[in-house]
Amino acid sequence: MNNAIALKSILTKETQRFLRIWIQTLVPPAITISLYFIIFGSLIGSRIGEMGGFDYMSFIVPGLIMMTVITNSYSNVASSFFSAKWQRNIEEMLVAPVPNWVIVAGYVGGGMARGILVGLIVTSVSLLFVDIKIHNIWVIIATVSLTSATFSLGGLINAIFANSFDDISIIPTFVLTPLTYLGGVFYSISLLPEFWQGVSQINPIVYMVNAFRYGFLGISDVNIVTAFLVIGFFIVTLFTIAMTLINKGIGLRS
Amino acid sequence: MTHALEIKSLKKIYKGGFQALKSIDLTVDKGDFFALLGPNGAGKSTTIGVITSLVNKSHGQVKVFGYDIDTDLEKAKSFIGLVPQEFNFNQFEPLMNILVNQAGYYGVERKVAIERAEKYLKQLELWDKRDAAARMLSGGMKRRLMIARALMHEPQILILDEPTAGVDIEVRRSMWDFLRELNKQGITIILTTHYLEEAEMLCRNIAIINGGEIVENTTMKALLAQLDVETFVFDLSPHEKGLSLTDTVYRVIDDHTLEVDINKSQSLNHVFTQLTEQNINVLSMRNKSNRLEALFVNLISTKEPSKEVN
Repeated sequence: MNNAIALKSILTKETQRFLRIWIQTLVPPAITISLYFIIFGSLIGSRIGEMGGFDYMSFIVPGLIMMTVITNSYSNVASSFFSAKWQRNIEEMLVAPVPNWVIVAGYVGGGMARGILVGLIVTSVSLLFVDIKIHNIWVIIATVSLTSATFSLGGLINAIFANSFDDISIIPTFVLTPLTYLGGVFYSISLLPEFWQGVSQINPIVYMVNAFRYGFLGISDVNIVTAFLVIGFFIVTLFTIAMTLINKGIGLRS
Repeated sequence: MTHALEIKSLKKIYKGGFQALKSIDLTVDKGDFFALLGPNGAGKSTTIGVITSLVNKSHGQVKVFGYDIDTDLEKAKSFIGLVPQEFNFNQFEPLMNILVNQAGYYGVERKVAIERAEKYLKQLELWDKRDAAARMLSGGMKRRLMIARALMHEPQILILDEPTAGVDIEVRRSMWDFLRELNKQGITIILTTHYLEEAEMLCRNIAIINGGEIVENTTMKALLAQLDVETFVFDLSPHEKGLSLTDTVYRVIDDHTLEVDINKSQSLNHVFTQLTEQNINVLSMRNKSNRLEALFVNLISTKEPSKEVN
């Protein structure tokens, strides 16, 4: 019971935080996605033609939504947890009888809340440009939830190690963005030469984007079961790492 | 008997080898108002950090109301309310959210938390600011906010690390009254402070820590009784002739100021009588310095800590 109340409190705090600064957290993704649709959809997309049996705009919608979910889930937890370390208000939780798994779950829940809310906003904006089909709603819900949890955990681990605000922007800039752009958001990996198709298989975002696209369009470059196994593997691994770090007090306790 | 706090052989060696605590033992009884004094870097905040689990100890045992922090950490934590030395709340969050969320971390239902937040914000004169971001508060208000936050789960033991640092005298005195009232209600209070007057006014028992060692641990009364000599400053009426006193150590500072050292065996009447005989009136009189301060300086300088061992 106490843990449930503590978890709810962390989730409330995290949600209040990103809603309080909505102009920084909720508005930019909507603007960015609109620009993507105008440029890739209307201006360039019409010249590209079909991809995977669908017009280009319809093809990229799931990837763009997933890209936004990934970025927002990651940055929400990275910046919130690092701010809490920096302002030392993380101590509010550390001195309280809150088990470490509740702290992890609370921050990941906060990251998922922002990621999914931004995903819904972006989906709503997409409807202005394209008709969205739904092939399997459960695959969509499962993929977006698990992907959001994965990158929230990633953001948490980044924030645990971070010593400055620069440290929480390095991974998104130099790792996350390239992996996302090379993760099949804008193209089908079947278009790549065989060697690069193989290389793409080690990019976890390929599995997430394709599983999500399968939920909307019913097409995927990878096996859906394999995709869920890969996402599950990353969640378990990242959760284990996050718990180990917090249990040891890395970056939190002297 | 279960104590509010029991510390045995506590050691803390930081990375790099600095030994902040050198096997300290400390016991605080339930309901006590306890002062932990020491110069900067003496180990006060490290001790509090270990008790509240913000600092990992290197060796020793800490029990809070009988619960060992090694085996029953969450239970031990539930008894403690902490007011840290530095502001450690989210500066952008409104006061009400800070308090209600903090209560939630201790398992307090939201409805109860809102009622308590209103109670403490009103008692600490912050109610008007309940919806303001914490960064908008003055220094004194921020200190009071941290006290309110520490009380949200109704702790049995309240630990305050320099709670009145940088606070003006009026606010400081109202905080003293508030803390006295909490102590009367049965809450054990442990206080570290640089204002020795604060410790003397509030606390019944005291430990002095220096260089990571407890150099004195006794009652405030017993500590003050160690004072052999007190210096009094007399403001005198104008007088033409020079004054002289027998059997007394004194210093004439100027025409109307006299300092007299009075030891335990002497009476002040002796000084008054001699001044009256010389037709000198005493207009006012005061202690030259804080009594505890004199003792503190003496203890710190005479009981040097043992050499650091890496």
